[in-house]
Amino acid sequence: MTDTPSDSGFTPDARLYFRAREGWRWAEALPWIVAIAAFFVFPDYMALGTQILIAIIFALSLDLILGYAGIVTLGHAAYFGAGAYATGMLSAHLGWGEPISAMLFGGLVGAALGFLSGWVLLRYHGLTLLMLTLATAILLMEGANAAEYWTGGFDGLVGISIWPLFNHFEYDLWGHTYYWYALAVLFCCFLVARRIVHSSFGRSLVGIKGNVNRMHAIGTPVHGKLVKIYTISAGMAGIAGGLFAESNAYVTLDVMSFARSGTVLIMLVLGGTGRLYGAFLGTVVYLVLEDELAKLSPEFWEFGIGLLLVVVVLFMRGGMLGALDDLVAWARGKGKP
Amino acid sequence: MEQFAKAAISILFDGVAYAMLLFIISVGLSITMGLMGFANLAHGAFAMLGGYVMVSLMLKAGVPFLLALVLAAIIVALISVPFERYLYRRLYKAGELDQVLLSIGLVFMATATITFFFGPSTVSISVPEFLKGQVNLGFGIFPAYRTFTIAVGLVMIVALWYGFERTITGAKIRAAVDNRRMAQSIGIDVDRLFVITFAFGSGLAALGGGLAIEILGMSPTFALTYLVFFLIVVAVGGLGSIRGAFVAALVLGIIDTAGKYLWPDGGAFFIYAVTIGILLIKPEGLFGKA
Repeated sequence: MTDTPSDSGFTPDARLYFRAREGWRWAEALPWIVAIAAFFVFPDYMALGTQILIAIIFALSLDLILGYAGIVTLGHAAYFGAGAYATGMLSAHLGWGEPISAMLFGGLVGAALGFLSGWVLLRYHGLTLLMLTLATAILLMEGANAAEYWTGGFDGLVGISIWPLFNHFEYDLWGHTYYWYALAVLFCCFLVARRIVHSSFGRSLVGIKGNVNRMHAIGTPVHGKLVKIYTISAGMAGIAGGLFAESNAYVTLDVMSFARSGTVLIMLVLGGTGRLYGAFLGTVVYLVLEDELAKLSPEFWEFGIGLLLVVVVLFMRGGMLGALDDLVAWARGKGKP
Repeated sequence: MEQFAKAAISILFDGVAYAMLLFIISVGLSITMGLMGFANLAHGAFAMLGGYVMVSLMLKAGVPFLLALVLAAIIVALISVPFERYLYRRLYKAGELDQVLLSIGLVFMATATITFFFGPSTVSISVPEFLKGQVNLGFGIFPAYRTFTIAVGLVMIVALWYGFERTITGAKIRAAVDNRRMAQSIGIDVDRLFVITFAFGSGLAALGGGLAIEILGMSPTFALTYLVFFLIVVAVGGLGSIRGAFVAALVLGIIDTAGKYLWPDGGAFFIYAVTIGILLIKPEGLFGKA
């Protein structure tokens, strides 16, 4: 999508405008500094930390389709689960446990599944799309349940054995190795996602989200673009799933459950959609709160997250980051006379 | 051969009873979704609430079964009114995402609240004597409670059909489902219709929830466990279509029951495959309006 010069508020030179948008800001270093600092401050919590990083990758993949392309799905766990099973089965049945290639294989399977299902499903919208994504994910889960010989069915897939990273760094009980590994993967995924959303392709997705009829009218191949981003997103979810399988050495049916699809959606919305870093903040807040509150009282946690959702939907449409933006804008407005 | 026929009839009977429950609970969702375009994932929570209101009435206040069933429906219908007024109404024009999130949030809160007061395990009630044991229907002997459930379902269908096709309010609702702006412009108070339909749908769900205690079991996870089934009935049947909800519930109920008997591991697989197939061919559902 090209911005017309008549739109007010833009620098006349489009190049400068986009460079200013895309340029790295200092604040963007913050999450990474926090992630690295967390390793030294909470070395005992790195198993949780690894799961948080994996969940961030998953939420980031959802942000690409939900926050940018406006595809509302209740079945994104299908691709996470497909990746987890692919990576797990590669090790359990074929004996291949090299972590990076096994994880990429998970991503590949996720992407392939995303391409196939996206090609069919993305012709629908609204409630029908919601139901189709939901049913597809559950169908896949039931399929995994029935294919007991391959997936272990209800009992879960066991016998996953992952080789040391780079043939050197062993898996350790505290999850230190996997924390760095997951952080590196997250950084790579983030770079890809950031590049995509700032590209002309990414801008056209925002256009589709904003007004699909107009995008059709100006000749955008809407379906093709949606399938493309859906495939990328599913691949990223598959990578997250692969990492999940490797770090737990165990895969159960709940990797594809409706609960997981719902949870990732909630995490992303809490943080804020369509802004990449929302996936970071929402996931951390959700999982840390869950870890702390669920220990006290599971009902309290469940009620709290429900209330939080209602509040976010009614009063904080941009999630926590959106609220932060509003706060900053308000403070700046106050500061200047 | 006779053995086989007996088993088939028994499965069919259980399936139909299950289908009636699905229909009673889902039809309200179908109408509200058709009318207001609201993806209400919390509909099952009203059914669950109905079940628990009924349990409380029977165990704490000693209200008899049939009266408790009716009271539960009325109480939940009243409880649902402020939800429509103050929460749902704000999001009628919002996208599906906001609606889904709001209603999921409500489901979580309902589940937590009910777990807090009633505990996480399944609750049960004692049904009156005449609903226990078997009943001879002339063409076979069937469990009395399921026979009762089917009877209630059939009565509801006739009542709903009459209400929608033969009363002024029904005509107004049909008009508003078909074309809301036009209905508004000829002077139909659509806002009032929204409240009435929402309360009525929630009340029906509560009735279904009360009936379901004995057949499906009632626990705080009820709303989430059966959510997908209610949504499938609505989506496959077509939004706002009573006939569609009935046919979809029947198909789903019978297939699911038969699947559980005949192919316990993969029975559910079949349902989702059928659902996806129907939606791919008819995105608006079997009896929905394109």
